[in-house]
Amino acid sequence: MIGIIDYGIGNIGSLTNAFRFLDIPCIYSGDQKKLSECDRLILPGVGAFQPAMDVLTTLKLDRFIQNWAMDGKHLLGICLGMQLLLSESEENGLTSGLNIIPGKVIPIKGGSRKIHIGWNQVKPVGDHSIVPSKGYAYFVHSYASKPANKTHIAAQTKYGELFASVIQKGSVIGVQFHPEKSQDYGMDILRRFSVEPF
Amino acid sequence: MLTKRIIPCLDVKDGEVVKGVHFVNLTPEGDPVELASKYSDEGADELVFLDITATLESRKNVVELVKEVAKSVFIPFTVGGGIRSLDDISELLDAGADKVSINSAALKNPDLLNEASRKFGAQCIMLAVDVKFNGRSWNVHSHGGSKPLNIDAIQWIKEGEDRGAGEILLTSMDADGTQSGIDLVITQTVSQQVSIPVIASGGIGTLEHFKDAFEIGLADAVLAASVFHRDILPISKVKNFLKQNGLAVR
Repeated sequence: MIGIIDYGIGNIGSLTNAFRFLDIPCIYSGDQKKLSECDRLILPGVGAFQPAMDVLTTLKLDRFIQNWAMDGKHLLGICLGMQLLLSESEENGLTSGLNIIPGKVIPIKGGSRKIHIGWNQVKPVGDHSIVPSKGYAYFVHSYASKPANKTHIAAQTKYGELFASVIQKGSVIGVQFHPEKSQDYGMDILRRFSVEPF
Repeated sequence: MLTKRIIPCLDVKDGEVVKGVHFVNLTPEGDPVELASKYSDEGADELVFLDITATLESRKNVVELVKEVAKSVFIPFTVGGGIRSLDDISELLDAGADKVSINSAALKNPDLLNEASRKFGAQCIMLAVDVKFNGRSWNVHSHGGSKPLNIDAIQWIKEGEDRGAGEILLTSMDADGTQSGIDLVITQTVSQQVSIPVIASGGIGTLEHFKDAFEIGLADAVLAASVFHRDILPISKVKNFLKQNGLAVR
């Protein structure tokens, strides 16, 4: 069972639709007991870093997610959910994150627009069981993750400069793009995250 | 490298896709959900649904349509037409839309852009602007192009960006439906004046028109309807042509 963490941030309709389409059972809940019973968890999210982090803290989901990762359980952060995995973000002043993967969230630089919107190529760094091949994914963001340790960069994408479009540390993965909106390429990543060992 | 986006537009009236010339003489084109799946399979980068009736009754139909599309189409899609309030936006996003396109309501109440952007994020707020050349500059028209306003298009678009719009959907009413190419002058001007993506629309008829919109108009995306609905230019053919001409496409 896949558990999508409900903390009121982000449009999760397309995620649940994607899992239904893939025929993979999933629940959407903010209840820690229900989420504990899941095999793998997804942390979704759109919008700004600080309000999202505030909600996680208020709901005491921050500690829950940190413990989940510390136990070596599988977690996928999507878009803002990926950025929240890092230590801190520069968005609207410095805000602490979940600090599961050391690093910073910084404004995206060098692109033609201040928001990176559209389809861009994801290039895995070495072998990866969840993101095994190059492909196009749909991005919408104006900040990007910069892991402190280069070995945590699982894939890169170029918008002006190269940035980490997939990060991984052990059982925790983050993707900057929206797999649920990236057609076959994204659906394959969601399917792999749900079933593959890593 | 970020690719140039091709976006089919589906004008929806009473649950059917329609297309007219200069916003009138509407003819039916087919079932929206079926067309959405077809375009997604053919390589459309996004879809836009415009509810051109935009009445309370048709709103219910559109919400149902959005729910159906979201079940089987896994590319981003935008819904526009008659969106007046934060509740309207909330309802469509909850139904599965990724973005909403706001036009007349933003002209009547510009604060809606600030509020919507703050509440839902700039990424899902597309400001649609219908413009017409007056001999010297471009004026904004509201209500599906039927109501000319004494508002300068470029001023309004810049204000829209400042207020929190995440993208601009720019339609030249002079070119719309003519299939004689998009208005490159206004498209390029707007593209250079804002730092958010510009979707060019109105007038696409040939492969070269797409290329010009990107190369000369500096658009980030092109939106078209009839060339796709009538299979005049299949999406795959458009993308191949752009690729051969050195443009990045998916």
